[in-house]
Amino acid sequence: MLVRSMHFKARAGAAAADRVLQGKLATAKGLFVDGRRRAVAEIDLEATRDASQTIRSRAVADLDLWLERFEQEATRRGGQVLWARDGAEICRLVTEIARRHDVKKAIKSKSMLSEEAGLNAALEAAGVQPVETDLGEYILQINDNEPPSHIIAPVIHKTKEEVADLFARVHGKPRKTEIGEMTREAREMLRQHFLSADMGISGGNFLVAETGSVALVTNEGNGRMVTTLPRVHVVITGVEKVIPTLEDLATLMRILPRSATGQSISNYFSVLTGVKRPEDTDGPEHLYFILVDNGRVGLLGSEFQDMLRCIRCAACMNHCPVYQTVGGHAYGWVYPGPMGAVLTPLFVGIENALDLPHAATMCNQCSVVCPVKIPLPDLMRKLREQQVARSLRPWGERAALRLWAWLARHPTLYAFAAKLGVRYLNWLAEGGDRIRVMGVAPSWTAGRDFPAPEGRTFRELYSERK
Amino acid sequence: MKVGLFVTCLVDLMRPRIGFAALRLLQAAGCEVVVPTTQTCCGQPAYNSGDRRAARLLAEKLIAEFESCDHVVAPSGSCAGMIRMHYPDLFADDPAWLERAAALGARTHELSDFLATVARLDKVPGAFAGTVTYHDACSGLRELGVKAQPRALLAKMPGVRLVEMDGAEECCGFGGAFAVKFGDISARLAEKKCDNLRASGADAVVLSDLGCMLSIEGKLRRMGDEKTRVLHIAEILSGEA
Repeated sequence: MLVRSMHFKARAGAAAADRVLQGKLATAKGLFVDGRRRAVAEIDLEATRDASQTIRSRAVADLDLWLERFEQEATRRGGQVLWARDGAEICRLVTEIARRHDVKKAIKSKSMLSEEAGLNAALEAAGVQPVETDLGEYILQINDNEPPSHIIAPVIHKTKEEVADLFARVHGKPRKTEIGEMTREAREMLRQHFLSADMGISGGNFLVAETGSVALVTNEGNGRMVTTLPRVHVVITGVEKVIPTLEDLATLMRILPRSATGQSISNYFSVLTGVKRPEDTDGPEHLYFILVDNGRVGLLGSEFQDMLRCIRCAACMNHCPVYQTVGGHAYGWVYPGPMGAVLTPLFVGIENALDLPHAATMCNQCSVVCPVKIPLPDLMRKLREQQVARSLRPWGERAALRLWAWLARHPTLYAFAAKLGVRYLNWLAEGGDRIRVMGVAPSWTAGRDFPAPEGRTFRELYSERK
Repeated sequence: MKVGLFVTCLVDLMRPRIGFAALRLLQAAGCEVVVPTTQTCCGQPAYNSGDRRAARLLAEKLIAEFESCDHVVAPSGSCAGMIRMHYPDLFADDPAWLERAAALGARTHELSDFLATVARLDKVPGAFAGTVTYHDACSGLRELGVKAQPRALLAKMPGVRLVEMDGAEECCGFGGAFAVKFGDISARLAEKKCDNLRASGADAVVLSDLGCMLSIEGKLRRMGDEKTRVLHIAEILSGEA
């Protein structure tokens, strides 16, 4: 996907004024946040978070080992494991597979790696029709390939009415506004594709090393059709998704749906192993796993290794005040919210997403709800440190910070500067209790007043009192 | 018990009366209070801007200034959280300083936490008549576990009726430099917070951090609300409100 993260500030500014968008996000937030709260109350949350963190940390620490084991087991069961360094390689591998098996149409269940790679455009260029079958992704695809704005609820930024207009326009059928009817109409449109596709492309929530399986968590049932109906199934996931055992999968499945959608278990949960055997009634004849680096391997051994634990539940964005205000498109790439503020700069280059690690109040809500305890604010801060180390911050900010830090180490001068600063602010307040326009920080007073200081500093008053 | 009062840079600049209120409360709790006069800032602005070197120099200064105290108390969960939770990170590669940082961090507290759980303040000196709601500032709540402590202290004030607002634990939008770098997002978050606190029907919102105070009071007044008061926990407990 094209990276637009350098435009965060402008896009977020516009989104912050978009009350309609915030209304939609608030509705979804209510469902996700309240749902999670209820669902995690069913389990020993902290013990499960600790266990999940341990499973994911160990898997990532010995990633090469578990990937080799996965490759052996998947190959033994008739699958073929391919490795992709980046998005271009994903596209090349998938189009090659499509050519080899004479594929004309590929049905897809949700895959964020496919978004990273811009796979749909590559398939179209190769003469293969890609059809998104996740309802949200389908809506985005028929709306001129609009990008998703959330990793598990890609169309969270649209109202039912907007979708009704889109369906009427694209499907050429009478406009419907009842959700059941709209879903039925989409299902009818998709049914023909399910039955005529030659290839299914899915993501993978986890790869299980001991059995060479891919685990899929879905709610609409499309994932099951995509992975079992066509003769070819291609799984595309990041290399970090591997876990050692089915036992580990059981633990992680206690926390993933609860953290994501507030469900004790998703409507569908598939563990897919190997190609169709003679005694099987369905399943793919050809199974490919494309395991992708695209920036992940470079995080191993770095101060950002913790990020590789991420299980893509979206709890961080569901609980993030900034995401809830600006929505996912403002982040400018595949991954929004706190996990995106960390992953995007690491995947597309720190210099291409300078605002993202700063677009957080450090409220820590994300890290508190993270099912695998990723210290997201700490990782954002480390990205800020890298920006400073590489001199990527604006000179004005650097100069101001340097001056302030120097003053703060020289108490006498600091006291004098503080005294002057307070007098200046009071002058701006014109004797009142607030400042309406503050030249040194106009963005503060654009949206709210700045309360005036009392008049004299604590240290002035304290030294007199003594 | 010798307690070092870390006034914090924002209280020093903006609201000295909160510093004096904290001082009186600590004395009322029976503490011997010292206020090192060379103190400036804990270094959090540098730390969160990605300048570890500057943050570390300020941390060394603060540690040296307060090391002789049995406890360090700040009228801010954010600054106390910086010292307690993040100083050790700054000295991760320096065992001697790490030990000093961790030792001081372990005895550093946010004011209401200290009064309720360490000093066990029994009789709250202040009096206040009215309905208040408490805003849980992010660092105090999620880094230091400050939740029940200020409410327990407010419960000791007969005239105070505490009501909970929706989203009490949600960020007010301040976030330090965030409030200026992303002023539009910050102001929108402050507005959500103000909507919630006004819907609670409280006469005043009580909080423990200057950053939140500036953000919330600034937004309330811009919204035309001249009535809802914004009080620091030290002000209401000491009777300054």
